Amino acid sequence: MSKNTEFVKFDKVDKSYDGKVLVVKDLNLNISEGEFITMLGPSGSGKTTCLMMLAGFETPTNGEIYLDSNPISNIPPHKRGIGMVFQNYALFPHMTVYENLAFPLRVRKVKKDEIDKKVDKALSMVSLSGFESRMPAQLSGGQQQRVAVARALVFDPAVVLMDEPLGALDKNLRESMQYEIKHIHENIGVTVVYVTHDQGEALTMSNRIAVFNDGKVQQLSSPDKLYEEPVNSFVAEFIGENNTFGGEVTDISKDICKVKLQNGEILANPISVNSKGDKTTVSIRPERALINPKDKMDNNQTGKIEEVIYHGDHTRVRLDLLGNKEFILKVPNSSNELDLKLGNEIKVGWNSQDARALDPK
Amino acid sequence: MSSETKQILTTDGIPLEISLKKAERKNKIKAFLLVAPLLLFLIITYIFPIGEMFTRSIDDKMITNMLPKTFKSMETWDGKELPSEEVFASFLSDFKVLVDKKEHGKLAQRLNKEKNGFNTITKKLFRQVKRNKIDETRSIKEQIMKVHKRWRNVEYWQAIKRTAPPYTSAKYLKAMDMYLNEDNKITQVSEDRRIHRILWLRTVEVAFFVTVFCFLMGYPIAHLLATLPMKYSNLLMICVLLPFWTSLLVRTASWMILLQQQGVVNDFFVLIGLVSDDNRPEMMYNKVGTYVAMTQILLPFMVLPLYSVMKTISPSLMRAGKSLGGTPFVAFWKVYFPLTIPGIGAGCLLVFILAIGYYITPALVGGASGTLISNQIAYHMKTTLDWSFASAMGLMLLGGVLVIYWLYNKLVGVDNIKLG
Repeated sequence: MSKNTEFVKFDKVDKSYDGKVLVVKDLNLNISEGEFITMLGPSGSGKTTCLMMLAGFETPTNGEIYLDSNPISNIPPHKRGIGMVFQNYALFPHMTVYENLAFPLRVRKVKKDEIDKKVDKALSMVSLSGFESRMPAQLSGGQQQRVAVARALVFDPAVVLMDEPLGALDKNLRESMQYEIKHIHENIGVTVVYVTHDQGEALTMSNRIAVFNDGKVQQLSSPDKLYEEPVNSFVAEFIGENNTFGGEVTDISKDICKVKLQNGEILANPISVNSKGDKTTVSIRPERALINPKDKMDNNQTGKIEEVIYHGDHTRVRLDLLGNKEFILKVPNSSNELDLKLGNEIKVGWNSQDARALDPK
Repeated sequence: MSSETKQILTTDGIPLEISLKKAERKNKIKAFLLVAPLLLFLIITYIFPIGEMFTRSIDDKMITNMLPKTFKSMETWDGKELPSEEVFASFLSDFKVLVDKKEHGKLAQRLNKEKNGFNTITKKLFRQVKRNKIDETRSIKEQIMKVHKRWRNVEYWQAIKRTAPPYTSAKYLKAMDMYLNEDNKITQVSEDRRIHRILWLRTVEVAFFVTVFCFLMGYPIAHLLATLPMKYSNLLMICVLLPFWTSLLVRTASWMILLQQQGVVNDFFVLIGLVSDDNRPEMMYNKVGTYVAMTQILLPFMVLPLYSVMKTISPSLMRAGKSLGGTPFVAFWKVYFPLTIPGIGAGCLLVFILAIGYYITPALVGGASGTLISNQIAYHMKTTLDWSFASAMGLMLLGGVLVIYWLYNKLVGVDNIKLG
């Protein structure tokens, strides 16, 4: 069976709350069946609004959303059959775990023994068997989160929406829940639309990530592509760590360009620059710049060490390089001794391929 | 032995418990001194007056003090036939003291309450005593019996004996339209004189329906308040609170202007042709007026607890209910409504308790069929000056409220009340 690549489809969707500002601008997004897609972006970027429109709590100001090729704008939320996990879990505090899970089945008039079976299955899926008679308040944050996930899945919805579901958990729990949700998704193959502002979460869990900013999808691609090949400076800045140089293109050929900085010149990979004189921001990942490179690299510069921070598995070094005092290097914790002392001058090199000349900030 | 060896000592060798108490004593005293003024205030203004009311409502010492010797000599009397010479003699001696103090009138009044007819015969006896007609060397029993034939009737002496205990439940029985008859049995008063029971029932009925009306009107308002955006909800909140800031009398008076037969509401009804001009309905000086005015006045007491509870209910719960497949009604009934029960309980209890003791509004707009038990209490406080009866009814009201509170606690649990 071929998978429907347009299972959920946002077609030219605009959304405005006050008639003055567009929170979502001309959104076109296709989500294929069984995909785990994450909407990632800073707060106010319109990602939660998109989710709410899909769930039916907000109506698009313009455009249409299709679910399995059916327009859904006029279908009320309770008829859409979309499961949802809320930011604060939204478990019903006056019902036991069992009653919470049985709620979507009861309103669908499922038979009692069928309900029992499904609730049992859903609870064992989130490894909470035996918690049926507990009240939500008697559960820890992580357990409540699992109940919320189980409740959103228990009625076998076609799509599950998750609105920053791990926001309230502490770091360790959040990480283990990320893997758990990922595994549940892999096991049952439901389509998941996940909203978060945590890039780590997005990178570990998703098949594809839509990076939102200013009501628009800036980039929609797989996690590795998003990190390695950001298409604009917002994505480069938002995903992972990033060293940037602002400058002007002085020479350009097919896959290399010369960028003149305030005090110096570097070679870069032209991504969103086309001609001489274009302003640009060059972005380099910290781990792509090496100290005292052994291989030949086409960018070689000298910088002064401003700060050294020990991180266990690696050491972060802040350099003053070509006038950028915030140039970060990540030095892996290996046996080769480097003289990382404050004030020392060190040699740094990187390939022009890894220095992406993007749009100016 | 084991308990002594297990006792934990501080490093200085003092038992830990003693040391802890010592360390905390200062804080305890401080805390007590901080609440002491309030405690004193409560005792003076609340506990003491209620105690005073209670003693007043059952107090019957006046007559006990008037006829000390009589009651002492009556102790051995079986109450079946006329008492002995000794009882008559001590009664006369008590009576003479009263005559000297000019308090025989009070005695006559008190005895007449116990049994009709005492007034006349006490006055007659007084005249005989005043003229020194009674010769103490002869049989006093014979002489008193001659004063009036009722003195020969054993029922009157039984009545005197019934007044002997210093405490009486008569006021409480009276409030229930009952009394103790000659055989010391609780009896209902004749049907045409049963007024209090109607008042009690009406009070409970009015309080109940006012609570229901307040709930029906307050719930949507509170919901609106809790869900509207701030700038509108603040305005609405002021509208709800406005009656709070207006004098109760002004509010009631404005209802009088609105509801009277030539009032605004009736004019409007006539204008839109709902009623004819010569057939304007009576909306005041009856229960309708009481209902309308009391519901409006007590509405904030329902809205505020409901609002404070609804404010804490996350809107995502309703959304969750809908996204899981519940229709808006199911989501409301199964998810939202159960969560507001603590507020409903608090609001209803508050409104009911306030309504059951409401006074000014029914007094002004209630008329004859709209007055409540509190108006009756006020009447006895101010007009008949029967304070002990007023106290008895007040305490019964208080008792009723406590019973409701207890029932509520049994059914819903007081811990579930949320006032804010």
